[in-house]
Amino acid sequence: MSTRVVEGKNIVRDYHVGGGLFRGARTVHAVKGVSFSVDKGKTLAIVGESGCGKSTLARIITLIDPATSGELFIDGNKVDIARDGLSKEMRRKVQIVFQNPYGSLNPRQKIGDVLGEPLLINTDKPAEERRDLAMKMLKKVGLGPEHYNRYPHMFSGGQRQRIAIARALMLNPSLLVLDEPVSALDLSVQAQVLNLLADLQDEFQLTYVFISHDLSVVRYIADDVMVMYFGEAVEYGPRDEVFADPKHSYTKTLFAATPRADVSSIKARLAKKKAA
Amino acid sequence: MALLDIQNLVVEFQTASGPFRAVDGVSLHVDEREVLAIVGESGSGKSVSMLAVMGLLPWTATVTADRMSFAGRDLLKLSPAERRKIVGKDMSMIFQEPMASLNPCFTIGFQIEEVLRFHMGMDRAQRRARAIELLKQVGIPEPAERLNSFPHQMSGGQCQRVMIAIAIACNPKLLIADEPTTALDVTIQKQILDLLVSLQAKYGMGLIMITHNMGVVAETADRVIVQYKGRKMEEADVLSLFESPKSNYTRALLSALPENAVGDRLPTVSDMLFEPAPQGASTGAAS
Repeated sequence: MSTRVVEGKNIVRDYHVGGGLFRGARTVHAVKGVSFSVDKGKTLAIVGESGCGKSTLARIITLIDPATSGELFIDGNKVDIARDGLSKEMRRKVQIVFQNPYGSLNPRQKIGDVLGEPLLINTDKPAEERRDLAMKMLKKVGLGPEHYNRYPHMFSGGQRQRIAIARALMLNPSLLVLDEPVSALDLSVQAQVLNLLADLQDEFQLTYVFISHDLSVVRYIADDVMVMYFGEAVEYGPRDEVFADPKHSYTKTLFAATPRADVSSIKARLAKKKAA
Repeated sequence: MALLDIQNLVVEFQTASGPFRAVDGVSLHVDEREVLAIVGESGSGKSVSMLAVMGLLPWTATVTADRMSFAGRDLLKLSPAERRKIVGKDMSMIFQEPMASLNPCFTIGFQIEEVLRFHMGMDRAQRRARAIELLKQVGIPEPAERLNSFPHQMSGGQCQRVMIAIAIACNPKLLIADEPTTALDVTIQKQILDLLVSLQAKYGMGLIMITHNMGVVAETADRVIVQYKGRKMEEADVLSLFESPKSNYTRALLSALPENAVGDRLPTVSDMLFEPAPQGASTGAAS
């Protein structure tokens, strides 16, 4: 039986928006009671439009933000950062890769230092060992030792995203949260990064929480799919089930809106246009 | 006769390390009532070639072409003042980032009416009436009230609708849409694409769609040009491009679509263009 890496039970996150002179304070319910679980080596994809709370959920899973209520278990242990704070062990276990590879790397930090910093902060490994580990990780993500002393601006978007993934993997996390990791990338580069993620998952038995609004990517990479709409999980199940038989009306809208690039739908469109 | 006709367009930028050729000998033409899609990844010169047509490139760029004519006029010979009379009126452009392309300091009403004042010479009442009509056309609810909104009070999709309203304000003959939906959600993307195509059909405009999304191409285009590193790789009507792509690059692009994945791995462009692909995770040679 496979082990459960992350589990959330009825997670709620409210943001309190402070009132000003002319308006009172109000509460935004960003996530309204979402439950999920991911087993080791599997991928859960969270889909939804902007503002539906998917990134808030990602922040909660990554232990950046505490949940207002609900329970979060990581590797079977209950985590409550609002009460207990965050232990080094927990910080190691969950890592995140952000959407924009141009914004998430410090432009004044060499790649070697980018990769070494998590080790410097969270472990007491000597400098030489940190360097060796960073070199190894560079090779794993398809870059070379010659990139160790370069700065982020010397890399393309796809390469930067590889660096961000490498940084996230430096501490051997058990869970990797990917917040729209390929949205900013070109199609061909996107394919390379998705391949890399699949390879790494096989190699390290990684667990992914993959946040995206691109259904074709989700269909390719996910084992389970959760569709969020205004803070609620309106659909949650195995990928094939969700794609074959969407139940909620929003999921259906989402599928209908996704552009189709197959020959038959082009033919249908052209025929319709001719008739009009 | 073609609405826009470009032969052998070359755009070079002066950089510290010598001239850089962003567009290398691209020829294209758009007819009236036609939707042309230009596809390519970033750095393929698809935006730069259209900015050259609009005359919006910085002074570091050198534009040369054998021919560049729009509606029978030679764009290369026009003075900047004459060109400004065409740009925004007969030919207009929508940009990728709707939030960034509107001026945050002015209401959207002001920004729509500015075009009308400059190009059409309408008086205040006419401008206002036309602005309301335009907002209605692009599907913004309560257009009269919305005229007084600032861009930050509207969502990304609504801002893009306002951009479209500005672009079509003077009934252009040619509309260039540069990645009009890249920053938007899929549901909004669908609405914007439908809007563009319906406006195109209604007014018989020529429409150039610049995009890197093959799905957008499949949903909108009549004819497609595939560009790579500043060169035209392939030109075909949309059906034959998807059915039987001729160039290796197009084939690679199509197979990199996640929905076309066979087995566990996605074929990447580098697998196809430079064989044999090196062993290991991947080449890392992201272009």
